[in-house]
Amino acid sequence: MTSALIPVNLITGFLGSGKTTLLQTALRSPELGTTAVLINEFGEVGLDHYLLQRVDEATVLLESGCVCCTIRGDLRDSIRDLYDRRERGLVPPFERLIIETTGLADPAPIVTTLTADPVLCHHFRIGNIVTVVDAVNGLSNLASFEESRRQAAVADRLVISKCDIADAGAIDRLRASLRRLNPTAVQRDATPDAMSAARLLIADIDDPVAKSEEAHRWLAEEEDLIAEHDHGGDYPHSHGISRHGDDIVTFSVRLDEPLQWSAFAVWLTMLLNRHGRAILRIKGLLHVAGVPTPVVIHGVQHTIHQPTHLAAWPDDAPQTRLIVIAKGVDRARVETSLAAFNRLATAA
Amino acid sequence: MCGLCGALAGADHWADAAVTDGGTRSQRRQLRTRVANEVLAYYGLSLKEALSGSSLLQSRTGQTALVPHLGALWPAAERLAKRPLDPLDPDLIAALTRQDAKARI
Repeated sequence: MTSALIPVNLITGFLGSGKTTLLQTALRSPELGTTAVLINEFGEVGLDHYLLQRVDEATVLLESGCVCCTIRGDLRDSIRDLYDRRERGLVPPFERLIIETTGLADPAPIVTTLTADPVLCHHFRIGNIVTVVDAVNGLSNLASFEESRRQAAVADRLVISKCDIADAGAIDRLRASLRRLNPTAVQRDATPDAMSAARLLIADIDDPVAKSEEAHRWLAEEEDLIAEHDHGGDYPHSHGISRHGDDIVTFSVRLDEPLQWSAFAVWLTMLLNRHGRAILRIKGLLHVAGVPTPVVIHGVQHTIHQPTHLAAWPDDAPQTRLIVIAKGVDRARVETSLAAFNRLATAA
Repeated sequence: MCGLCGALAGADHWADAAVTDGGTRSQRRQLRTRVANEVLAYYGLSLKEALSGSSLLQSRTGQTALVPHLGALWPAAERLAKRPLDPLDPDLIAALTRQDAKARI
């Protein structure tokens, strides 16, 4: 089902990080030839003439304020209007939509807008969230602004910009900091190469070509989490916890026994209802009872994308493995809770 | 519209996806209702299947709420229970573990 939906990419990043530059670069790639763009007109860099021509009628400038919270309704209406015009042949039949957020935007409400709307959810799906981090000011922004940390934490791809004018040591520290904050995101330096920039947007877990590689990468990151970090001992698995500052943590949750889908659905909906604001990102592969292939689950805060199947287990080792990026949520409790709920479905 | 739970007419909730091959849709729904009831009982609530795929949530005092999908269940349950429902609550987990142990005897 997901392959028929139009992917929507978010390009986010703190003020002055270089979001528009990335957007301009990516749009030069033929792979993004039929892409519509939604921007906020109060961005730090105006879109140049070339881009305006390129997106033509498909460009919708939002009229006021922040793309995120304050005009989420406008965003919904803009996307609905764009889709309606696409269907009526008034704009080219775009195959992708890119939303460039403001520098202070939390991407999560945008994701929610797309997935909770009864019209939009049948036509669009969330693709990669790309967060641009400025190598000169990135560390300082991460330390000072929760918005910056949240943008990095929800990212699928982290693009480090302005490496040419930043100190090499500072860049290394930024990379390490971003990796602690979001070990599951691919890090790339900003590039003038259009094809590379476009691939940041295109290659995602729902892309038939990139799906398997992406799942492999998730599992590798999950293994790294366990190998590199803390090892407890009070629980069946001593899964790594990657800490960033004293608030956002990344951890892994495993379950040896097959997962009962009914129990998982009850558990995760309950968890997100109470802790959805704190759970910035959740992604992983599920070993669901009775299902020989992995089920991919991923989401941002309250929003979980429709689960999909992979063709085979990447490492021939069926096991439920979740990676969670969260603020103030205890890993051991999450793991214990999931196991307790799962047993409810298997009890006689 | 509830942006939190996606409770919108016609919206597909991820939890309703046909992930497993086992059993019919009705059987899968029954199992899910049973699991949810094990949890809801801790808070004095119960869930029954209703028409059109919805479920009826009830409190011991007779308050009710119709919930279209699992995402909408928990906000409604918190309203009826008048308290937060936290799956990470150690007391809840301990109670569920005791229930499970009894069921297996």
